[in-house]
Amino acid sequence: MEPKKKILVTGAAGALAKKVIDKLKNDYKIIAVDFRSKVDLGIPVESYKVDFNKRLFEDIFREHHFDGIIHLGRISAQELNRFTRYNANVIGTRKLFDLARKYDVPKTLVMSTYFVYGASAYNPSLLDETTPLKASELTMDLVDSVELENLSSIYLYKHPELNITVLRPCNIAGPGVRNTFSLLFSEKRSPVLWGFSPLMQFIHIDDMRDAICIAFEKNVAGVYNVAPDDYIGFQDAIKASGSKTIQIPSVPPALTESIARFLKWKSFPPYLINYFKYPVIIDGSLFSKTFNFKPKKTLDDIFTYYKSLK
Amino acid sequence: MGKNKKPNIINKIFNDSSVDEYVNVFPNRVGSHGFDAWGFNIKNMKNNMRFSKFLYENFFKVEAFGLENIPKEGRCLIIPNHSGQLPFDGMLIGYSLLTNPFGARAPKAMVERFLPTVPFIGNWLSSVGAVIGDPINCERMLDNEEAVIAFPEGVRGSNKLYKLRYQLQRFGAGFMHLSMKHNAPIIPVAVIGMEESIRSYADIKPLAKMFGMPVAPLVLPFVFPTKVFLYFGKPMYFKNDVYKDSDIKERVDKVKIAINDMIQEGLAKRTEHQNELKLKKNAKSKE
Repeated sequence: MEPKKKILVTGAAGALAKKVIDKLKNDYKIIAVDFRSKVDLGIPVESYKVDFNKRLFEDIFREHHFDGIIHLGRISAQELNRFTRYNANVIGTRKLFDLARKYDVPKTLVMSTYFVYGASAYNPSLLDETTPLKASELTMDLVDSVELENLSSIYLYKHPELNITVLRPCNIAGPGVRNTFSLLFSEKRSPVLWGFSPLMQFIHIDDMRDAICIAFEKNVAGVYNVAPDDYIGFQDAIKASGSKTIQIPSVPPALTESIARFLKWKSFPPYLINYFKYPVIIDGSLFSKTFNFKPKKTLDDIFTYYKSLK
Repeated sequence: MGKNKKPNIINKIFNDSSVDEYVNVFPNRVGSHGFDAWGFNIKNMKNNMRFSKFLYENFFKVEAFGLENIPKEGRCLIIPNHSGQLPFDGMLIGYSLLTNPFGARAPKAMVERFLPTVPFIGNWLSSVGAVIGDPINCERMLDNEEAVIAFPEGVRGSNKLYKLRYQLQRFGAGFMHLSMKHNAPIIPVAVIGMEESIRSYADIKPLAKMFGMPVAPLVLPFVFPTKVFLYFGKPMYFKNDVYKDSDIKERVDKVKIAINDMIQEGLAKRTEHQNELKLKKNAKSKE
């Protein structure tokens, strides 16, 4: 019997990584790593707490000959400071790409975010993958996300043998997700900006898991938006998830920012204020066509889940 | 026994479902919650059309001419002069397109880029079929064979001072590039009457800067119910065969001149109309 192919999954402590591991663990030998903690993922999965910038990370590559990497590990802007985040997310990813080259890993999937496009009043709708990434122009807190994308693009074209696939999903939501929008939907009362209800896209965590698995297995190198072609206004989404809204003054913009800094709510970070104001609608058609992917869960499936929590 | 309460004007406007039949014929491109990719929302569109009907028929008492010039189907660009501080002119043109007896069209409009930054206005506009004036948005809509309303003067026209009324401001050239590239005829439109509805006497620049807006007009706090005339001109076709900026500008000026001619003609007709009304009034008072 042929031995199982080995894959490295980073960010193993996250809800999405756990789902991906669970789906792939029967077909692959999975080595899970996380920057934050050692995660117990059951018997067939080896797990390590590791800093990508430390030597131990290379030891893992040396010991296991990986057939692929699913790089989901990311320190979000809500965690740690900007400097540490940059080191982990950007410098750490560079280290990962270099090790992938050194140990001949034939394919790597990198998880990015639609935040990289930046929320601007001037955004046209249905941004495709060639749209400039303007997030760092709006806030320093998203510089690491944009830099990670740039780094991935450089390696994608300079080292085609790595077969890098970058996924830029819209908001991921559903059981276990702890991102900003998921927190907002979970709360009884959620802050919104007075007079603003930007159009948004949401993908269920199970659909995102499937998107990652299909993109990893089919491996067509490139950059892809991942989003359903269904939309909802932000305040409508809050209401649909059974939350009530707390209206935060939206003008002048400086006042809104001061309020966000003063409140220090995890679900209302100052660096995302523009995302609560302006839509960033992405065109996921390239991913759908390339990988023959269609999300199975609807917006109502997502909101019904959050409603059931209350 | 309690008194029978008469429905107030707001209820009257928003309970009038006579425009729903027009909205219901829109191509169904919306998702599970009634939104399309630009934020258009069926429910809001119906409410907007009910309000537009009130504005069109009762408030501004609009008279539209040349509606037969609007193509019944296929892509086209509706290019009017811009005025009135608020986008009522777009709403009135949209309503006339939707209820055009020669062939109803679902109106889509390109709006000034700053409008999405204004609370409520930005959301409301996108929910009723307006999108920011980005060529990418317009290209996608023309490819969908839509009739797109675009104001080439932008904020220069809509927020100009009252003393500059009926003086066309600089036209952007984006609409001409789109017309040529996408083979979309241009329907020039003159809007008469909106200039007097909300009058701006100054632009308070520090206030505009503070609120992050391009203008902060000093206006009287009410809208005059002026009579509005809409003149739709004959379609203008431009081949995609010139490339130099100066040639494009020449074509833009052709459209600008066509609109200006219609404005001058419309103003003259309005004066005639007003004089007739005055004469009638005088005759009545003498009787």
